[in-house]
Amino acid sequence: MPAATQTKSQENKNIKIVKDATCTFCGCVCDDMELTVDLDEHRITKAKRACVLGRAWFYEHTLEDRPVVLIDGKPASLEEGIETAAQILVNAKFPITYGLSDSPCEAQRVAVNIMDTVNGNIDTTTSVCHGPSGMAFQGVGESTATLGEIRNRADLVIYWGGNPAESHPRHFTKYAVTPKGMYIPNGKKDRTVVLVDVRKTPSTPVADIFVRIKPGKDFEVLWALRALVKGKRINANIEAETGVSRELLDDLVERMKNAQYGVLFLGMGLTMTRGRHFNSGAIYSLAADLNEYTHFVAKPVRGHGNVTGADNVVSWQTGYPFGVNFNRGFPRFNPGEFTTSDVLARGEADAAMIIASDPAANFSRKAIEHLKKIPVITLDAKETHTTKISKVRFAVATYGINTGGTVYRMDDVPISLRPAFDSPFPSDQEVLEGIRVRVTALLTGHNPRIAA
Amino acid sequence: MSSELKIVNGRLYDPANNVDGEVHDLCIKAGKIVGSVSASATRIDAHGMVVMPGAVDIHCHIAGPKVNLARKLLPEDHRLDVHPKTAVTRSGTGGIVPSTFATGYRYATMGYTTAMEAAVPPITARHALEELDDTPVIDKGFYVLLGNNAFLYKLLKEGRKTEFKEAIAWWVNAVHAYTVKLVNTGSDELWKGRKNANITDVNETIDHYDITPNHVIESFVEAAHELGLPHPPHIHCNNLGHSGNVATTLDTMKAAQGRRVHIAHVQFHSFGGQLNENPVSGVREIIDYINAHQNITTDVGQVMFGKATAMTADAPLAWMLRNVRFDKWVNADTECESGCGIIPFSYQQRVYTHTLQWAMGLELFLLSEDPWRVLLSTDHPNGGSFMNYPKLIRLLMDSAYRREALQQVNQKALDKTQLRDLQREYTLNEIAIITRAGPARALGLANKGHLGIGADADITIYTEAEDKEQMFNAPRYVIKDGVMVIEDHEFATDHKGKLLHSKPGYNQDIAAQIEPFFEDYYSVKFNNYAISDDYLHHHEEIPTHPKV
Amino acid sequence: MTETMLLIPGRSRNQGTSLNEGKLKDEYLRVTSTAELNEKDMQRLQLNDGDKIQLKSDAGRTVVKCKAKKAEDLPSGMIFIPYGPPSSQLMGADTGASGMPMSKHLQVQVTKLKKR
Repeated sequence: MPAATQTKSQENKNIKIVKDATCTFCGCVCDDMELTVDLDEHRITKAKRACVLGRAWFYEHTLEDRPVVLIDGKPASLEEGIETAAQILVNAKFPITYGLSDSPCEAQRVAVNIMDTVNGNIDTTTSVCHGPSGMAFQGVGESTATLGEIRNRADLVIYWGGNPAESHPRHFTKYAVTPKGMYIPNGKKDRTVVLVDVRKTPSTPVADIFVRIKPGKDFEVLWALRALVKGKRINANIEAETGVSRELLDDLVERMKNAQYGVLFLGMGLTMTRGRHFNSGAIYSLAADLNEYTHFVAKPVRGHGNVTGADNVVSWQTGYPFGVNFNRGFPRFNPGEFTTSDVLARGEADAAMIIASDPAANFSRKAIEHLKKIPVITLDAKETHTTKISKVRFAVATYGINTGGTVYRMDDVPISLRPAFDSPFPSDQEVLEGIRVRVTALLTGHNPRIAA
Repeated sequence: MSSELKIVNGRLYDPANNVDGEVHDLCIKAGKIVGSVSASATRIDAHGMVVMPGAVDIHCHIAGPKVNLARKLLPEDHRLDVHPKTAVTRSGTGGIVPSTFATGYRYATMGYTTAMEAAVPPITARHALEELDDTPVIDKGFYVLLGNNAFLYKLLKEGRKTEFKEAIAWWVNAVHAYTVKLVNTGSDELWKGRKNANITDVNETIDHYDITPNHVIESFVEAAHELGLPHPPHIHCNNLGHSGNVATTLDTMKAAQGRRVHIAHVQFHSFGGQLNENPVSGVREIIDYINAHQNITTDVGQVMFGKATAMTADAPLAWMLRNVRFDKWVNADTECESGCGIIPFSYQQRVYTHTLQWAMGLELFLLSEDPWRVLLSTDHPNGGSFMNYPKLIRLLMDSAYRREALQQVNQKALDKTQLRDLQREYTLNEIAIITRAGPARALGLANKGHLGIGADADITIYTEAEDKEQMFNAPRYVIKDGVMVIEDHEFATDHKGKLLHSKPGYNQDIAAQIEPFFEDYYSVKFNNYAISDDYLHHHEEIPTHPKV
Repeated sequence: MTETMLLIPGRSRNQGTSLNEGKLKDEYLRVTSTAELNEKDMQRLQLNDGDKIQLKSDAGRTVVKCKAKKAEDLPSGMIFIPYGPPSSQLMGADTGASGMPMSKHLQVQVTKLKKR
């Protein structure tokens, strides 16, 4: 079936309809968009089925009039930008690359290649998102499922430390709560929804049961649930400690053990707070334990469009999911040592390539101060705090709107993008490939051995 | 270097062309073996060396979603076995589940030039294709998991045989697969839908579908036969690892009714004894059946002592192992298509079952009457790493070495096998069959596994040595597509291999019947499901031979 | 008047939509520098919607506007703010060997600023 058709509108404008396009704003990676594109204005005028975040994503990514490359704030050619970036990376003692979660896998693969070539450090926004869940995974594993399986089977859905109504608006409606599934013929009526959080949020109304816990007490509640599932005794003061009553815990345990197919979704309310990877490990372990009684899965609700792809690419190329260092000519992994926030806060990196992310706004003050002292290369479709401080700034096309490629949904399902309209800006893959070729040539004195 | 090569004075082992250790020259031009080359061709003097076709792994797990989950799961293993970059190759990490680059290079350093990933769910096949593209040197392909597919089950339930065949062909085309894979047929529905239950008998009815695993297997074998897939259905039988599963394995082989079928890692399916009791070797029954039935090919799935990782679409199996070890465990349900389980594991000589499995694998090899159909594999990484192949080859070729090894294992387990009585030693020619010519023929790869004119110039040259493990561990030269990738044991260049896939013909109308099912039960749009040709990269379509 | 409270930065719908307009645009800066407090806490601190407060942690300080939330939605002693440059100012650099700075559940001192 043709995915795109072009017509003339009543105002005689060139209009293109793109069916089954994919939104890459959040980790839901919804692939059922119908985009109306005004080819004369170079903008998307309608995004059918998009949520509020998706509409903002599609409508606001227009072609801005700005130079493709700025070096020290002055316009330059793409070639000059690539050359300057390559020189910076080759001459640095400890170059780092960070970001990647809003780039397709094809670009991510090249970025890892560059860091392998210059013995640098590669890290993704995973390290400040579900990095702790990645570490927990390494410790205890995970029972998990694709979102369609959850749609088809889950009769007990528990969200822990997340607010999908605002962060992933279609998570409820497309995947996990309201849709009908193979063995869930009546949709939400056939499911029990539990929400665990420290505060009420716009997500709370969807829940049949709302569990309010004291901030920073997630681990204690999860561990108590594990104990109760196994029939062990727990602290009699559990309510005073965590804000959750024994009766509510017992009720949850019964519901979990008796579910036909249960799921625990974990949000950053677990990974960014006291306990971090121990919290994620506790929830994974709880889900695993419950498999002695029924079928149970757990799944982190991932943020950026392709942060899951970044985990996958870095893992298959290096063996580790994030925070990888090539200083010795082979990959090493150590969160806290090779994660970008730490590398910057300790003042170690002497050059940084930041791809589609904004550490100058999101990192700690100490990390940002160091970032301001070293040469920074940025690739971004928009101006950010980080592009403002960069030595070399590439304005790139927006993935999923102007360029194609592969994106992994939060459940590791890979999806190909359908671009809506062309951009005069290069894709990040093109820029990175240019840098890779130059870096390799500078280091070896001849052209790279494998043709791209 | 000229694109022409001439290998002179080497002793050739090319069983497909009845060449058994004779000294012949070999000419290579433009990636193929040719009759002659010009005088300016680069010469390799292979005096005192053994020349074989590049080896072909018919069953391993090297790329895709479950492999990557296992990679992520094992940082402690990667750090013990780093893979530094060289002037011409990328870095990576090794261990039981190596990174993609390390996987390709390490296969090459053992003389392997083709490897087939044995289990990929269709919805995540893009992932496998991307990883395979990052797996250097070797040619590669994958088998697509269709044996628990909800839509195909629906067609079988409704008795729609023609549509069933068309849909299989649609799926193989849609994801660029090589052939179809069946794993623990029927079990997914029970695992996900009946609180982690499992199928115990191939004649049991599968929940919701009113069909039996036996019927599903029969139907796949028939459909693949009619479509003329280059390799028949690749089957992981039911009841893997359970005592007494010999009966299930025999039932499965019989379901093929004389048509071609490949039984994967048959060692795991050759347990005698009673359910829930200690297993004994049931190899005799299995190998007798295989020896007598030309339609069956199999790979052994040899267990090697040391590290392994259970990595399988057979989720109930991984759960069973989890409840033995209580170590970290991964389960991953794939909507409408598959299950998956991962458990880090190690095989130990002192453990009864581990020794039994090791011995059963060797029994299968040593009792095989047709090396063309009983092929070498460890079901990497399930029985152990593919890096064990040279050691396994020595165990087969060197009975004195094998006798030594027998002293170090659990003797009670050995009592339950015939291994002590088997004196057979494999010849170099037979090794060339079980690692090259045999797998290539079973896969329907006409240009691989041999050194005849027109064959792909994938060639391994070993320095002949008494210690066969040492010999097969480090070829002197490895030539891929006519390019000298390894020269004097070192990487001379990087190289990109091809994706091997098949494109069975089918009636396009089937797509319209599959689409509504997607709208109801899948989380991705039908229109976004089939994988574009962009993902083929460097590839070769292997022809099908349809029967109807 | 200064009180110690718990700061919970997180995503919000307006933070998500304004992000797409641009992180240097007014709307994003407005959204990420507006903190929600329990209405009773606001009364006690004599704060009205739109008043400026200073938030100070061990790592740094920032000035944001405040907005009342119903007591049953946001417990007393808790402040919610959409992620952004102001919340990052309060985040410590120590990741406890995890790569992840503690970015939720931050202890902050809240001080009402005089109107100018």
